[in-house]
Amino acid sequence: MSDDFSVTLELDLRNLSCPMPLVKISKGIKDVAVGQVVKAVTSDPGALADFPAWAKTNGNQILKTEQSGDETSFFVKRLK
Amino acid sequence: MQIDFAAQIEELKARVSSLEQGGQENKLSMVVFSGDLDRVLASFIIATGAAAMGMEVMLFFTFWGTPLLRDPGKTASGKDMMGTMFGAMLPKGAGAARLSKMNFAGLGTSMMQGLMAKKNMASLPEMVVLAGELGIKICVCELSMSLMGFKREEMIDYPDLMYCGVATFLEQAMGSKIQLFI
Repeated sequence: MSDDFSVTLELDLRNLSCPMPLVKISKGIKDVAVGQVVKAVTSDPGALADFPAWAKTNGNQILKTEQSGDETSFFVKRLK
Repeated sequence: MQIDFAAQIEELKARVSSLEQGGQENKLSMVVFSGDLDRVLASFIIATGAAAMGMEVMLFFTFWGTPLLRDPGKTASGKDMMGTMFGAMLPKGAGAARLSKMNFAGLGTSMMQGLMAKKNMASLPEMVVLAGELGIKICVCELSMSLMGFKREEMIDYPDLMYCGVATFLEQAMGSKIQLFI
């Protein structure tokens, strides 16, 4: 599997419930430089709707969403 | 008859930009009137979520919300009889808040707290600490403080806590995109 991006930081947000995944990703995205990618692994079903909403208002970009079982991984690129 | 399109476009541009701004900033102002565990928990989930989404957040604690900001480890002296009564009857701190429904003399609240812990949800006192870390401002209603006889020395240590009146809330609310009353 090849992607045209590399992950700088990986966040394990499994077993966290609303609003903690959002709080953690909003902190985590600031730990990487603009243009870099954070991978966030979540298990909260609400994250599927919440991460795109968060990215849209925060001005960051979700490059890819990967689902395996109950877990969803978001690849978020810091845009600003 | 000749129409000055350029002037009309300029005027429309100015009107659109003033509408877009609306004098409102990316801010959330919320009145926390209730002291019920479920309602205050919802307040803090919305507040911390808003902070995560990059919003500036101000919580205005008034009436039944006020006693939840007391520190259970602190005491205040020199209260009159009414103040002492209010102090004893109202929940002391966020950890003492009860459910608005299905409390069943505290049993329902304990079960809900147990369930929240099992689901790895933050407790209300933990949410208050998180709110402080996220830079959420708390404004405590001065009128509620004096009405219920609370003293400043018995309130929690919170990074951005101030005491204010209705005008402070309204001034903040006027410039906020979202205003809520819970």
